[in-house]
Amino acid sequence: MDLSTTYLGFQLPHPFMPGASPLIEDIDNVKRLEDAGASAIVMHSLFEEQIRREQIGAFVHSESHDQSFAEALTFLPAPDRDILGPEIYLNHLARIKQTVRVPVIASLNGSTPGGWLEYAKLMQEAGADALELNVYSIASDPAVDGAAVEARTLEMVRTVKAAVTIPVAVKLSPFYTSLAHFSAKLDQAGADALILFNRFYQPDIEPKKLELSRVLNLSHPSELPLRLRWLAILSSRVKSLAVTGGVHSGEDAIKAVMAGADAVQVVSALLQRGVRTLQTLRDEMVRWLEEHEYESLEQARGSMNLAACPDPGAYERANYMLILQSWEDPATRS
Amino acid sequence: MGKGEPSEMPKRNCVTVDGNEACASVAHRTNEVIAIYPITPSSAMGELSDEWSAKGQRNIWGAVPEVVEMQSEGGAAGAVHGSLQAGALTTTFTASQGLLLMIPNMYKIAGEQTAFCMHVAARTVATHALSIFGDHSDVMACRQTGFGMLSSGSVQEAHDFACIAQAATLRSRIPFLHFFDGFRTSHEVAKIEALNDDDLRALIDDTCVAAHHARGLSPDHPVLRGTAQNPDVFFQAREAGNGLYLDAPGIVQAEMDRFAERVGRQYRLFDYVGHPDAERVLVLMGSGAETAHETVLHLVSMGERVGVLKVRLFRPFSTQALIAAMPRTVRGLVVLDRTKEPGAVGEPLYLDILTALREAEGAGELPFEMPRVIGGRYGLSSKEFDPGMVKAVLDELGTDRRKNHFTIGIIDDVTHTSLDWDRDYEIPTPGRFEALFYGLGADGTVGANKNSIKIIGEETDNYAQGYFVYDSKKSGAITISHLRFGTDPIRNASLIKRANFVACHQFGFLERLDVLELASPGATFLLNAPHPPEQVWSHLPREVQETIIEKGLRLFAIDGYTVAREAGMGGRINSIMQTCFFAISGVLPREEAITQIKKAIEKSYGKKGAEVVKRNFAAVDAALAYLHEIEVPADVTATKMRQPIVADEAPDFVKRVTALMLAGKGELLPVSAFPIDGTWPTGTAKWEKRNIALEIPIWDPAICIQCNKCALVCPHAAIRAKVYEPGALEGAPVAFLSDDFRSKELEGHKYTIQVAPEDCTGCQLCVNVCPAKDKARPKHKAIDMHPQPPIRDRERENYAFFLDLPELDRRSVKSDVKGSQFLEPLFEYSGACAGCGETPYVKLLTQLFGDRALIANATGCSSIYGGNLPTTPFTKNSDGRGPAWSNSLFEDNAEFGMGFRLAVDSHVSAARAALQTMNGSLGDIIISEILEADQSDEAGIYNQRERILALKQKLAQNPPAAKRLEALADYLVRKTVWIVGGDGWAYDIGFGGLDHVLASHRDVNVLVLDTEVYSNTGGQQSKATPLGAVAKFAMAGKEIPKKDLGMMAMGYGHVYVAQIAFGAKDAQTVRAFVEAESYNGPSLIIAYSHCIAHGYDMAFGLDQQKLAVQSAKWPLFRFDPRRVRDGKPPLILDSSAPKVPVKDYMRNEARFRMSEKLDPERYKKLLRWAQRSTEERFAVYEQLSRVVVPQTGAIPASTPAPADPEGN
Repeated sequence: MDLSTTYLGFQLPHPFMPGASPLIEDIDNVKRLEDAGASAIVMHSLFEEQIRREQIGAFVHSESHDQSFAEALTFLPAPDRDILGPEIYLNHLARIKQTVRVPVIASLNGSTPGGWLEYAKLMQEAGADALELNVYSIASDPAVDGAAVEARTLEMVRTVKAAVTIPVAVKLSPFYTSLAHFSAKLDQAGADALILFNRFYQPDIEPKKLELSRVLNLSHPSELPLRLRWLAILSSRVKSLAVTGGVHSGEDAIKAVMAGADAVQVVSALLQRGVRTLQTLRDEMVRWLEEHEYESLEQARGSMNLAACPDPGAYERANYMLILQSWEDPATRS
Repeated sequence: MGKGEPSEMPKRNCVTVDGNEACASVAHRTNEVIAIYPITPSSAMGELSDEWSAKGQRNIWGAVPEVVEMQSEGGAAGAVHGSLQAGALTTTFTASQGLLLMIPNMYKIAGEQTAFCMHVAARTVATHALSIFGDHSDVMACRQTGFGMLSSGSVQEAHDFACIAQAATLRSRIPFLHFFDGFRTSHEVAKIEALNDDDLRALIDDTCVAAHHARGLSPDHPVLRGTAQNPDVFFQAREAGNGLYLDAPGIVQAEMDRFAERVGRQYRLFDYVGHPDAERVLVLMGSGAETAHETVLHLVSMGERVGVLKVRLFRPFSTQALIAAMPRTVRGLVVLDRTKEPGAVGEPLYLDILTALREAEGAGELPFEMPRVIGGRYGLSSKEFDPGMVKAVLDELGTDRRKNHFTIGIIDDVTHTSLDWDRDYEIPTPGRFEALFYGLGADGTVGANKNSIKIIGEETDNYAQGYFVYDSKKSGAITISHLRFGTDPIRNASLIKRANFVACHQFGFLERLDVLELASPGATFLLNAPHPPEQVWSHLPREVQETIIEKGLRLFAIDGYTVAREAGMGGRINSIMQTCFFAISGVLPREEAITQIKKAIEKSYGKKGAEVVKRNFAAVDAALAYLHEIEVPADVTATKMRQPIVADEAPDFVKRVTALMLAGKGELLPVSAFPIDGTWPTGTAKWEKRNIALEIPIWDPAICIQCNKCALVCPHAAIRAKVYEPGALEGAPVAFLSDDFRSKELEGHKYTIQVAPEDCTGCQLCVNVCPAKDKARPKHKAIDMHPQPPIRDRERENYAFFLDLPELDRRSVKSDVKGSQFLEPLFEYSGACAGCGETPYVKLLTQLFGDRALIANATGCSSIYGGNLPTTPFTKNSDGRGPAWSNSLFEDNAEFGMGFRLAVDSHVSAARAALQTMNGSLGDIIISEILEADQSDEAGIYNQRERILALKQKLAQNPPAAKRLEALADYLVRKTVWIVGGDGWAYDIGFGGLDHVLASHRDVNVLVLDTEVYSNTGGQQSKATPLGAVAKFAMAGKEIPKKDLGMMAMGYGHVYVAQIAFGAKDAQTVRAFVEAESYNGPSLIIAYSHCIAHGYDMAFGLDQQKLAVQSAKWPLFRFDPRRVRDGKPPLILDSSAPKVPVKDYMRNEARFRMSEKLDPERYKKLLRWAQRSTEERFAVYEQLSRVVVPQTGAIPASTPAPADPEGN
């Protein structure tokens, strides 16, 4: 069965790849992922904000004890080089690149225009074949309106695109007022693909302690329909799409491809059932396609998107409608 | 010394370094093995060597020297001796007590005629007190070992002589001790010309190196050394090496000549500077000789016939060279020794000079008439030695009196040894710029000044010198930087007396210190002021305004903290103030200065991250916009005066002595002000109000659950709890807070939590531990931080009232967390770091047992915050009882404390025996009640004290036979002996002694404040350092798990052992203290102490303690041998199996993060090992906690026989 797909300009034998996760921190795991047939390796995110905070934290907290007491002018050894910068990430990237034959996609979570540019370039130099830009941030400032949030993101994408020559995917959250419009803008700004959607730490409340805790639950197939909807809506309107979050079976992946995904990123299933699951999902997909007499995966791609599906309105309706309510005004029918 | 260098010589690099680096740079490049142990002020030489080797820097033969840290200087000397015997070029660095510990091996090394050069940053040996500062008492204790002794007096010489001494030892086979003045030279930063590798290769003779290698022990050409010899031959054999000593001075001079030939600087065994026909000559060695050099040249220019003879080679002493160096016209000599030998005819250099001259005279070899020779002492413990003193001692030679065995630099009003000197005497130094900077340790002033010196030293043709004075506090420390720049070489090694430029980086200092005292007329004053420019003048205290007007100073102000905040730099104002300094001092053109500052920032902070560099750049760019010259009005306008140093109600001694020391004027105190034996009153820290917290905790009774945890965790006893009767509130200040005490036992009582606003360091541990939150607004806790200045006066009044509230009767207090905090802390307001993880344990100890405790304290952080003058944090209760505290050494603390126990036990036995003989003569006093008293709790102690009081009253009326008992009677009240120290002591240098004391049956309690690193000397690894942590001497991350001291002690079976962490389980901490103290035998408590050397914000210290315990990295347990008798397992595990992975604990601390970042792959392995070893250790503990010791009846129970006759 031909599962081949094109994502970020790469001809891939199939759409399955690990999503951004700590899985790749261990180089042996990276090898295992490739052995399990990963069509690309996606790295975990380099958080510009964390690097900055760690640098300045170390500076303020340890420097303030230095040179203030006659017996001890410092309290920690001074390494010769910048050890709190992105070097570890970049070195690891280079090492993965040397280890595997499949494309390596680096991932960057940034917060400032300058930072994006700087780190994106470094990633390309370290050997990344493509970049994922992770633009998730919480718009909690009432002085910043939605337009400003979008404008800032678009600016970042343009900046990065201008700085690197490798393809750039943008990983989005579902929290935009008009995702379709924004996606079109991102596409115009040069995004080579969109990845739907981010999953992040969420705050939880410990009521007895009156404290907040941070939780990151593994994904569940129930999260998939939100992604299917937006894949379907955006499919064929942007250059390329990937799904992440909620794919736990071959059939889940089939659905995502039908909705328009070119690539399928999997994390939770791998964390729960091991990296060999990548192979299992592919086998399940093949089996399903054979059982249902598909010639290739390509045949299924986008078959259920907004343009091609038999009931496009279902993607756009927020509420369930009875058959009795199914009359559509000819004037609004597309 | 030669001037300049021949033109054909290649230009060498000029570097700006301190004396330690200058010396170590040569030592590291000319040795193969380096055995080290940290001791101030020499530690940096070992650290640098370790760092260079860790980074793969090679010696001149292309090998990376092996650097190994030993467990003590004794160990280092042993390793050195062995390495030398096996043929490697070997060195070590040390000072003071460390050097003394090396002496036994030094005799051996010298006796075996071994080529070896060690480097010593000469430091005071502890006598009536410890001192980390510089004098020659340590090196002078080695003059009999057979070592050659070469003295350098400046940073350049420390560099040059390191090379000359190494070359000379290899050629002469006499081992050399090369030394320079601790701090004054070891820590002075100066511009020097650096010797390159080719120089070293040219000057170290390869044939000598080969000969040294060939002498090494090898089974391929075996010999035997270290024989035992008998009366028949020892003496002759001892004399066999004499020839080498006779040849050595010539060899050293030859090496000095070879050095001059290559490098251009000519040194001699004795270097003379001054008038060619001088009549009066000063003889001395070390950095003082450089001050004398500069002074003498000035005096000669004024027409005086004076000179200075610098002693370079002190051993072997060359009379011939001495005489050759002296001007033939000399009539009088004054010899200065930087050491004291009580009871000697004179100090060593004086005796040697005198003997040499007399011998030469006797032999008819003195080419001039025997001069008059007088000797004196100067500069002990880095006491200032300035041009005025040089002039005074030379002047003394010109008087008829010619006082001998004098002192200079102090006022001796007891035995009247001191010479007077002109305190205002100065030598003109045209073209020299002298600047003083007053800063806080935390604000980065010293670091910035070090950068400034480098900039000026390396980017201009100027010479530059920097010296930095620190106070003895670890929190809120004041630093004073002394910077000199000029076109001529700078030799004066004394502090600046008149500054062209004064900077005060902390506005608050103006209230406490006379920062303008040393400003010369017309000088520039740069002030960091948190006020708009137009308001700066009006905020100055009256005295400051007066001085500015009187001296005609130019005043510049900048709001540095606003600039720092806006640049995202926290409280780091260093680069901002540095920019201002360059902008207004004119030392460099402004633009060039800014470029250079940025280069320096890049260099210092480049490796700390791009963000740090970026923000510093932003701060530099913003600084000038905030810098304003303040117009100085013609008249003084302020009414506010500088604050008194101590409150008026302070005791006389504090006002007379302590206050002067606090004001930085301890120099003015005469000899008569001091006790003759180093005994000081306790309880003086309370008179020093430091006001270092920007924010302090404030209590909200409405939310408080009265748990007292805030008081327990406070490192400075600055937040306290009290319970008292409502009547005591009469006359309370309006703002004083109190609430009903929620307790059945003390119903109707009131309860207050009160902060000491001027003693709090603002560490926030209390806020972080507080479990009580406002239900509607949980960010508000029962304690919140509030800005201090607006509430300082109010809280000061509240605190004074609080202190006067009566203390709760100790008999009514429960021995738990809450109860312990109603006991008065007898350790308060120490100078420990803000958020210190050690001091809460020490404080708890004093609360529970302080009124009957003797504390032996190992040298280290705890001895410094516990006993470094000016003030003393250990204090007394209202009965006048409190901890009696003493520090002996670093290495002997367990033995020292055991000595306390032996003495107390002896006193107890004597008292009991005496009491028994009093039968019948004590009226209604029942002797058996005293002898058999149960003193196991506070009520028992109280009752016994009452009995003893009655006994003493009765004895006072009795005949002289009762005198002995009267003197000893107080020992019949149970005393508790505590042996306190850090992990460096307990795990390393003092382990042998600790082990021995634990192996005894004596009733001593050992508290190990385990920071897992040598904290006091700056974070060198100890055997307590955990796997995976970086530390100095373990730069890549330690590869061996932490030593399990607890398990070792448990092995004895009869030792009570507890491992505790107050931030994780405070109830277990309190329980362990109570159990350990009640156990009649040796007890060991190992206490987790978070520390700034772990590299994170100490406000999170308690969180890290929790993680340490939850990950089982630090399991909590108590091993109580008493449980064996009850058929229970002696070991109780107080914490559960690992709940979180150790990596969750480790990732929060820079010591582990650095290790991870340096080599992620290696770190992963270390982490796996750390996880495994943690789990394994825990599993072993878990198994042991189920083991019941079988009681066969044949073996006596492991509980020791009672040492204490009360049989507790």
